[in-house]
Amino acid sequence: MSFEEVKNTVKKIYEQVKSENLEERDNLINILHAIQEHYGNYIPLEAAEVLKELTGRPLSEIYEVLTFYTMFSTDKRGKYIIRVCKSLPCHVTGGAAVLKSLKDVLGIDYGQTTEDGLFTLEESSCLGLCGVSPVMLINDEAYGNLTPEKVRKIIEEIKEKERSGVK
Amino acid sequence: MPAVENTIVICAGGACISAGEISVKESLESTLKEYALDEVVQVVETGCMGACDLGPIMVIYPEGIFYQKLNSENVKKIVEEHLLKGRVVKEFLYTGPAGEVKEKPQEELPFFKKQVKIATRNLGVVDPLSIEEYIARDGYFALTKVIKELSPDKVIEELKKSGLRGRGGAGFPTGLKWEFAKKAESNVKYVICNADEGDPGAFMDRAILEGDPHTVVEAMTIAAYTIGATKGFIYVRAEYPLAIERFSHALETAREYGFLGKNILGTDFSFDIEVRIGAGAFVCGEETALINSIEGKRGIPRVKPPYPAQKGLWNKPTLINNVETYANIPPIILHGGDWFSQFGVEGSRGTKVFALAGKVNNTGLVEVPMGITLRELIYEIGGGVPGGKKLKAVQTGGPSGGCIPEKHIDTPITYDTLKELGTIIGSGGMIVMDEDDCMVDVAKFFLEFTVEESCGQCTPCRDGTKRMLEILERITDGEGTEEDLEKLKELGEHIMKTSLCGLGQTAPQPVLSTMRYFWDEYEAHVKEKRCPAKKCKELTRIVIDKEKCVGCTACARVCPVDAISGSVRNPHEIDSEICTRCGSCLEVCRFGAISKVSP
Repeated sequence: MSFEEVKNTVKKIYEQVKSENLEERDNLINILHAIQEHYGNYIPLEAAEVLKELTGRPLSEIYEVLTFYTMFSTDKRGKYIIRVCKSLPCHVTGGAAVLKSLKDVLGIDYGQTTEDGLFTLEESSCLGLCGVSPVMLINDEAYGNLTPEKVRKIIEEIKEKERSGVK
Repeated sequence: MPAVENTIVICAGGACISAGEISVKESLESTLKEYALDEVVQVVETGCMGACDLGPIMVIYPEGIFYQKLNSENVKKIVEEHLLKGRVVKEFLYTGPAGEVKEKPQEELPFFKKQVKIATRNLGVVDPLSIEEYIARDGYFALTKVIKELSPDKVIEELKKSGLRGRGGAGFPTGLKWEFAKKAESNVKYVICNADEGDPGAFMDRAILEGDPHTVVEAMTIAAYTIGATKGFIYVRAEYPLAIERFSHALETAREYGFLGKNILGTDFSFDIEVRIGAGAFVCGEETALINSIEGKRGIPRVKPPYPAQKGLWNKPTLINNVETYANIPPIILHGGDWFSQFGVEGSRGTKVFALAGKVNNTGLVEVPMGITLRELIYEIGGGVPGGKKLKAVQTGGPSGGCIPEKHIDTPITYDTLKELGTIIGSGGMIVMDEDDCMVDVAKFFLEFTVEESCGQCTPCRDGTKRMLEILERITDGEGTEEDLEKLKELGEHIMKTSLCGLGQTAPQPVLSTMRYFWDEYEAHVKEKRCPAKKCKELTRIVIDKEKCVGCTACARVCPVDAISGSVRNPHEIDSEICTRCGSCLEVCRFGAISKVSP
């Protein structure tokens, strides 16, 4: 990926988001979300340089925002981002065992991506589904009432889906 | 076209979806088609019905039969039996803890019956994607009344009469807040909805946005009319994609119907709302941090005063309320402030939505009049603690709150009584804990959260909470000293006094509150190196009773780290050096031979 490519892409996204929003000012976070979505779960660092030119804001400020929010990543992440709730309601209803089985079945720790590039494991604060805790979010889909067995099954199903998709 | 004979209302709240609602609905619809019932049976998806532990749920009307814990298989049987043959399928009905079966638990159980629904009046009733259904439930009538009949001052007067206080945590009187924003002089003003619900254990805002988004659109528009704003923002956390989707849909339809946008209801009044999405930062629930985030900056809190009502978004006067607060506005306008204030008690008027989670039989959302006791909430509505265990404490107010021990469960829940007990109502999360939960561990848990989520701007919160966590870790590892307990208390008090924003000022609360009520547990960890709840790994061992063990090898086979040795039909043994205290062996032993001990 060349700087030219990032420049053109980011510029396009920037104009697009600006035109969609009622308030043109300072929609940096929406723009970063759109860039992340475009590149599939991460934001290339070069994007900050381009945004500096487009917004007229200092590079330091753009980095600040980019690195402050946990949902933005400048590292490439897996196709499926698994966000495990680590809040108290999930903790008291067996969250630790669920997390352990998840780490075991994926063979990775928090913040890591599986070798096949499929899964990235992240921790999340409360997902607001405490009625069916423990809970995890895989991309935009939530899974509740988790048990170690259920976790293994869900991961296996995704892997299976990917395997058959490749064929 | 044949007339509709049955309507099936299926809960499409976040919790039911995560429990499999989508496959249930697909199976339901295909089965209806299969039996050519799809024209006479209407399927409607609604927002959260509240009873999350029973999900996925559906109710078949006109009878109102309530089916629970559905999956793609049992829903087929319900179509074949109930709809085709007119026989209620008993095995999928609500079954209580004592085995009692109920066809219409929504009319019989205290969980439903004791509720007074104002903010959540439309949840589980309307299709959140249908503006017509919202209008049919008096939706946008309050807005019409305000624009056609009421002056802004009259709106504020009604709000003051209602006694409504902010439902996001701080509990500031809403009428007063609106008055400040109205009085602030500026040609540009903003209205914001704080939908960055982040307190662990609270999920009412999510349910309202997903189940009744129009109520928030209507309330924000009323707010804009009242204070003189032309633009509004809703700041929703990115963890709530479904809420974002449904709210955005509500915005579009409200514009089409002329309730939002230019010249609302044919008047000169124009107002529009834009969605801004968070990016994973708990601190953005603090109003000034949220404003910074909307401005495209890091979400760090500002120094107050000036308050947002004077200088908020882009330094303009800004009215900011949370989702649940807004959801109360249309009914208050329609029925009057006096009507609202008949519910609740002095100082805490109206109803409050509580989220029941943790060790309680009926988890989910309930809306009850303020002043209800914890006992009613946990035992009558919540159905008590599962497995016959003993209630130990209820955590309220998330990382800014504290624990209420079992001995205080007859206290009425109000803003003031909870403050006296050293906690807050907060946003309404109630995490129930039983005898197996260690209160030092719970305190540590919240501190881990705060350390992770501290924005880093001020030293007391950034460094202070980290030091507190280190002390707590020493204590749960069995290395704590009595001096540590003193330090913990002192440091906590300093952080509360010197932090910049509300989050730092309340961060030590979970620790101080558990120290206040469970001092003996802290002392046991420090003096006796013992964890009374047998939760803290370093202070607990798992042992096999040689008398009871029959040598079935079940435990050895399940142990993930091979810490259990022994031959068939001979007593087994656990090597504590290798054992990780995961508890897998405890679950598989059928002879009660394995137990946890803390010296």
